[in-house]
Amino acid sequence: MNKNIILYAAILIFGLAAPFIFPAFKVQLSILCVLIVLALTWNIQGGEMGYNTFGNILFYGLGMYLCASVQVGMFFPLAEWTESGGEKTFVHTPEQFFQGMAMGLVVAAVVPTIVAGLIGYSILGLRGHYFAICTLGLGVAAGEISGGIEIIGAGQGFTTPPFPDVGSLEARGEFFYFLSFMAVVLTFITVKSIYSTRFKLILNAIRDNEDKAEAMGIQTMKYKIIGWMISAFFCGLAGGIMGGLVGYIDSTDVAFDGREMGVFMVLMAILGGKGTLWGPVIGATVFHIFKEGFWTFFLGWQYVALGVLIVVIVIYFPEGIMGWLREKYPERFGEVVDEADRKAQVELK
Amino acid sequence: MDFLIFQVPMLTLQATLDGVLLGILFALIAYGMALQWGVMNIINIAQGDLVILGGYIAYFMYLWGIHPAWGVIVSPFIMYFVGVGIYKLVINKVVDRDLFISILATFGISILFMQLMNFAFGADVVLANSGYGTTMLFDNSVTLPNSKIFSAFISIIFAIGLVIYMKKSKLGRAIRATAQNARAAKILGVDTEKVYAATFGINAALCGVAGALISITFTIHPYMGLPYTIRSFMIVIVAGLGNLPGVAMSGMGLGVFEEFADYILGTEFRIGSVFLLLVLILVYRRFKLSRKREYLK
Amino acid sequence: MKINKIILSFISALALLLSTSVTSFAKVVGDKIILGSAISLTGKYSSNGVHTQNGYNMAVDRINSMGGVKVGGKTYKFEIIYYDDESNPKRAAQLAERLISQDGVEFMLGPYSSGLTKAIAPVTEKYGVPMVEANGASRSLFTKGYKYLFAVLAPANLYLDVAIDLAVEKNGGKPVKIAQAFEQDAFSQDVRLGILEAAERTGSKIIIDDKLPKELNDMAATLAKVKAVKPDVLVVSGHTKGALTAIRQIAEMKVDVPMLAMTHCDAAKLSKQHGKNSEYALCASQWHKTLSYKDKFFGNGMKYAADFEKEFKYDPPYQAAESSAALLVFKDAFERANSFDKKKVRDALAATNMQTFYGNIKFAEGGQNVDKPMVLFQVMCNADGSKCENKVVAPTKWASAKLIHPIPSWSER
Repeated sequence: MNKNIILYAAILIFGLAAPFIFPAFKVQLSILCVLIVLALTWNIQGGEMGYNTFGNILFYGLGMYLCASVQVGMFFPLAEWTESGGEKTFVHTPEQFFQGMAMGLVVAAVVPTIVAGLIGYSILGLRGHYFAICTLGLGVAAGEISGGIEIIGAGQGFTTPPFPDVGSLEARGEFFYFLSFMAVVLTFITVKSIYSTRFKLILNAIRDNEDKAEAMGIQTMKYKIIGWMISAFFCGLAGGIMGGLVGYIDSTDVAFDGREMGVFMVLMAILGGKGTLWGPVIGATVFHIFKEGFWTFFLGWQYVALGVLIVVIVIYFPEGIMGWLREKYPERFGEVVDEADRKAQVELK
Repeated sequence: MDFLIFQVPMLTLQATLDGVLLGILFALIAYGMALQWGVMNIINIAQGDLVILGGYIAYFMYLWGIHPAWGVIVSPFIMYFVGVGIYKLVINKVVDRDLFISILATFGISILFMQLMNFAFGADVVLANSGYGTTMLFDNSVTLPNSKIFSAFISIIFAIGLVIYMKKSKLGRAIRATAQNARAAKILGVDTEKVYAATFGINAALCGVAGALISITFTIHPYMGLPYTIRSFMIVIVAGLGNLPGVAMSGMGLGVFEEFADYILGTEFRIGSVFLLLVLILVYRRFKLSRKREYLK
Repeated sequence: MKINKIILSFISALALLLSTSVTSFAKVVGDKIILGSAISLTGKYSSNGVHTQNGYNMAVDRINSMGGVKVGGKTYKFEIIYYDDESNPKRAAQLAERLISQDGVEFMLGPYSSGLTKAIAPVTEKYGVPMVEANGASRSLFTKGYKYLFAVLAPANLYLDVAIDLAVEKNGGKPVKIAQAFEQDAFSQDVRLGILEAAERTGSKIIIDDKLPKELNDMAATLAKVKAVKPDVLVVSGHTKGALTAIRQIAEMKVDVPMLAMTHCDAAKLSKQHGKNSEYALCASQWHKTLSYKDKFFGNGMKYAADFEKEFKYDPPYQAAESSAALLVFKDAFERANSFDKKKVRDALAATNMQTFYGNIKFAEGGQNVDKPMVLFQVMCNADGSKCENKVVAPTKWASAKLIHPIPSWSER
């Protein structure tokens, strides 16, 4: 237990100090935080519950639009803000900006949760690949449809309120960094605490054999919906933060960005190891470093690399980093292994 | 919302005819998907990208001065080998695994293909001009581009040809046997590995035909694959596996639905309405099945 | 829990990695002025992104080989750091941030498309980094009071409103009926605003107002409606795919309209891909090679086109020309500011008043170029349709051919 506290304290201190140690990387680190949140929430579905969704992007995009709309709509008429590509300029005072942001984030988290609850019964009744394709369709449909709605900017996009002039040049980066870091901490604590309850075991039971779980008297549907709602809550929150960070919302490219974010969250969770607590965190970090380190210098080849990466991970590395570590060093994960048995297994292979 | 379509009867006719011709083309792609899904239990997200690649083959023939209609012959040949290549490299490693793995792996292939096509052919929108004229009905108030009629005609020929091939040829029988029971087929001496490769190749070849037809009738572009995948998926789940008349019917239904959505909701919601329809169909299917399950209980 | 050790070591490795990759560039290194740009090399804008990049590169080579930039008695050469923004606004904003805060770039060149420029402008504005952009025409960019954004092109709402005026003029000054279809993106929707204003000004009526999806490849529905209601003008804008799809289906469906106005005809190589079918299409352009503007680097438009063709093997669309012009503007501003101070360069940019092969450049308060009118050209073919050319028809000052109006019906073509 002692060691755990040291670990978490170290991470917390690192997280709080990071923007001051690496001031140039603030935005990168904020994006990393958002990615971690997304990977962690995807893991609740895909990893623990066995419902591989491509549709969490729906909540992310919804949160993004809602946060920006509330932030604007609280003080100014939203329709005029977005009219003809956002030509009119309204300026938020610092108080208005922060109040709007706070309120916006609350709405961005709560409304997707409610939406998840409402559609959950219909969608989560689907099994396996039908569920996967259906959620893929949901995400794409949401993007296409929101791109036709005038009040949120339609095809012209939605420029979120610019950060007010407070403090130095660094203030904006720091604000968004701490916001997203807080989101990570909140998500992690929530996920960790639910993973130590009976709830997680139920989710795992659903993953392993849903019919049996049902036969044992578990109301699987109820738990599936709750699990999805938890995901939706944090996805919406992450979307709201990302919207403010990017500053410009486009329906298919930024908000309902299924082709990038929607795939990335799946990939990160699988890369790190699905069905583990730390896997998504590690997966997201490795992925982001890989992406920012090499990606930008590929000048076009990055998508080729991404395609190959997906295929290779899925075929040769489906257990992810944590799964690989667990196989290699099972004793470190608190598993007792009979040495003779292991050797026998290796020989068999 | 725009109800002009119902006020002008000629527009209704136009939309229906356009939809049917378009739907036949969709059905051809969907038939390929139903085939591989039924035989090897793989959902191929890269289906649409194979279609686009087939389209580029016809486009290049057009650039070299060959009439693009010949692409209908050449493209499936090339695509067959592309399909077999993909099978040998990737698909054979995911055939027996979880379906989600195959979805993700083919998603990877889809991204890879999109980008490689972007490098090879550029992101420009291109098209191949067939030079076929237009058929005009009712004093020029309903127009049917001959290229669309040609596409539908060729699609039907290929579909019928394939059905006959499946029934009569040795490979066709082996494919059907494998689809019914892969283990039993193996025991009886069918080389399932070969059958799988051929199935995927045939699927890719069908995509190649469809792609060549699309480059003649519409435009192609490296990033346009996904909607074709989704459409064919939708057609297959509505029709069921191995039900060719059903695939043709639901293909045409989808085509007509799209055209009407185009007129009534506006073109900007076209793709959105296709995806939304997919969700609705799946949800409907889920409730229907669950009622059946309760009944069984 | 031994796993902790793994995670701890992982985090320290991460920290180490971050701290070693310190900023390695600065605005001016030795005799090089480093400019930064996020360009679409992949994704839906990549063909136009490449035109933009070619335009930038061409101008950089030309300026460097003709003596470079003289600041404070010393000669500097231009160099550009490119990143690929994947045609994605989120990525573009992130890369702008990266160029400025990680790579230390202090002068930016714009990306391709209005949407991406909209995403980048708040970032450059926040850091006070002057950005000269050549491909973000959305009017809303210039009403936000951005101080560090300069566009060498005319705003998008001016692209096609001239066409409406022309149509009204040809209609004997009476209002016309307009049918329009625009893609759902920032640029095309701004073109639409221009048409709406022109319609209001002339009292014209808009009878079809369709929006096209981003994955557009079939607009039969819009065209069937056009056929049914018979407007006087059909306006279509949807980047290159809009232009190509429209022409193909108009020809196939034999849609007769007296005037067809579009954008992106030259980038779509319309006359090459469609030949005679594209004849009579009226296209908005920021630039045309036959215009008689001059400068000392590229000579005039014809020379620019010839040099460009020699280097990149295709006829330059206006997207390339305006990108080259952006570099000329930067060079001029550096020399007049005689300094690398961001603020001074910004002030020098604001005071720009020069002629380039691409047109006159003078920035208004909002940063848009007000000294260069749009031109309209019409695709015209010879009798057998083997050769089609773009001929400027408006404004009359530059016109090299007379507008053909109304377009002959398909039965006569």
